[in-house]
Amino acid sequence: MKKLVALLLVLILGLGTLSGCSKKSETPQKKSFKIGIVQPMDHPSLNQIRETIISELKAQGMGDKVEIITKNANGDMNLLPSIMQEFVNSNVDMIVPIATPAAQAARASTKTIPIVFSAVSNPVEAGLVTSFEETTGNITGVSNSIPIEDIFKLAATITPKAKTFGLVYNSSEINSTSGIKKAKSYCDQNGIKYKEAAITGTADLQQAASSLVGQIDAFFTPNDNTVASAMATYVKVATDAKLPIYAGADSMVKDGALATVGIDYTKLGKQTAAMVARIVNGQTIKENHVEQVAEYANMINISTADKLGITISDELKQKFVILGK
Amino acid sequence: MTLLIGSIQLGLLYAIMALGIYITFRILNLPDLTVDGSFSLGMACAAVATICGHPFLALFIAVAAGAVAGLATGLLHTKLSIHPILAGILVMTGLYTVNLAIMGGKGNLSVVGSKTIFSMIESMFTAQGEMGKTLLALSICIIIIVILAIAFKTRFGLAIRATGDNEDMVRSSSINASVSKCIALSTGNACVALSGALICQYQMFSDVGSGSGMVIIGLASVIIGETVFGRRSVTIGLISAAFGSILYRIILAFALKIDMFPAYALKLISAVIVIIALSGPSIKAIIRQNKIRREVQTVKKAQ
Repeated sequence: MKKLVALLLVLILGLGTLSGCSKKSETPQKKSFKIGIVQPMDHPSLNQIRETIISELKAQGMGDKVEIITKNANGDMNLLPSIMQEFVNSNVDMIVPIATPAAQAARASTKTIPIVFSAVSNPVEAGLVTSFEETTGNITGVSNSIPIEDIFKLAATITPKAKTFGLVYNSSEINSTSGIKKAKSYCDQNGIKYKEAAITGTADLQQAASSLVGQIDAFFTPNDNTVASAMATYVKVATDAKLPIYAGADSMVKDGALATVGIDYTKLGKQTAAMVARIVNGQTIKENHVEQVAEYANMINISTADKLGITISDELKQKFVILGK
Repeated sequence: MTLLIGSIQLGLLYAIMALGIYITFRILNLPDLTVDGSFSLGMACAAVATICGHPFLALFIAVAAGAVAGLATGLLHTKLSIHPILAGILVMTGLYTVNLAIMGGKGNLSVVGSKTIFSMIESMFTAQGEMGKTLLALSICIIIIVILAIAFKTRFGLAIRATGDNEDMVRSSSINASVSKCIALSTGNACVALSGALICQYQMFSDVGSGSGMVIIGLASVIIGETVFGRRSVTIGLISAAFGSILYRIILAFALKIDMFPAYALKLISAVIVIIALSGPSIKAIIRQNKIRREVQTVKKAQ
């Protein structure tokens, strides 16, 4: 019993001292605006958003005005509430959650601190806001749903013979499943056939993609974080089978997918940073309704095209950012 | 303070899962990996029922669903003689699809805007909302501990404990060991699912990926609790598992507070803190031993 009391006392004292420290350092520089950025895991696209937000705020000359704290749940969704409580505890002036689960955890932990989310595909379905047109609570941000139709139209231009698409995605990612839903309804309306292969983690990807080979003419994957983490595996299966991958994010094309009209995470980060800056400078959440990402990345990977024996017309080459070679 | 209170609230809610793990791992002495699935199962059931406007019923549905999941593992193990670890993995794997199906094919379901037991208690306590939430979590935790402590003192509870201690002895005294195993697995997973349901209402969303890693968190809590309290009776064991869970959350909060390292260092920091916390008794023992050795040597020299 003594041990237990001692251990508890040490922990509580430790916590007390630490929180005391942070409060002390706060008072002299009361002007500083504290921003807490949270991401649920380390991931190329999410890291890109975080870095862009930080660099963009600095570029706008807010380096002295804002103090940025970054936290990462290291892939453990159950840590997100604790991280949010930590932010509330250290009196941050704004929370910037990246991706849906982080935004939901932020939404649940405070009703007063302004929240500006980034990279949430469907904020209405995620229960963050009631509509895109108006913001009533303390939360707004930038949504990143992808232009599914444009991707399929691009596929029709580059590989007009592709009649059956293989949809590869993680069934537990809401951003991905909502993209797949849109893709299916587009395919149904336009007489395109599709076959699905859902995965639950990066370990399933190779087998899932291979299972579709022979039945399809091209792969399609939305902005799926799990697939993006294991692009190399996916690209290998596709290249071996001489099938193109149409993807929903620029990072995937950089990693070997054929083409995208998808999310440019740098642009998404810049747009989020701009909204953050407006609110730091005195605007209210009410004045900033939820924005859709304004610009998409148009990208073609020419090395992949060469490997697949696909020729890209000069017209497309001028309209798209060409990667590879 | 928000962080400390929040950590205690989370600790109390996860404590119920730690109790479930204590039942299967310690009392029944069976490594049950169903937990990762049944935690999400509890979340999924609770989310759907809460959205339909039944926050209390949600908890009972979750308990029932968790019990069925545990029973499935138990039956696979006892009736089909599948190794318990594999039986747990199979049920956990299958539950992934079941959970997605319950949530209508969506990986993430928000209960924002629906009444939860936490939003109800917050409106009851108005100014002292956080206090109300803590008391609610604490009382649920205590109720579950009391129920379990009494249950394991009954004749049937004793049979389950005996099954964990010495299965051969139990069989030879004509107790049906299979029944005790199935009931214990059911009870354990019912606790885990209840914890999932409470966490879902607390954080206001259910995510199908939330269950992964729960076995590890639960085991860590049970063992941290044991280090503090020692391994004694079942009642003390249950209390220590719950206490271990709270301590684990406080340790995590502590790791989150340390800003010296980059954000991705979090896991290592929390691991190191747990090591330090657990090594306390052994270090003390080593120091004591060295002291005795030195004393013996000085006595020898004096002779």
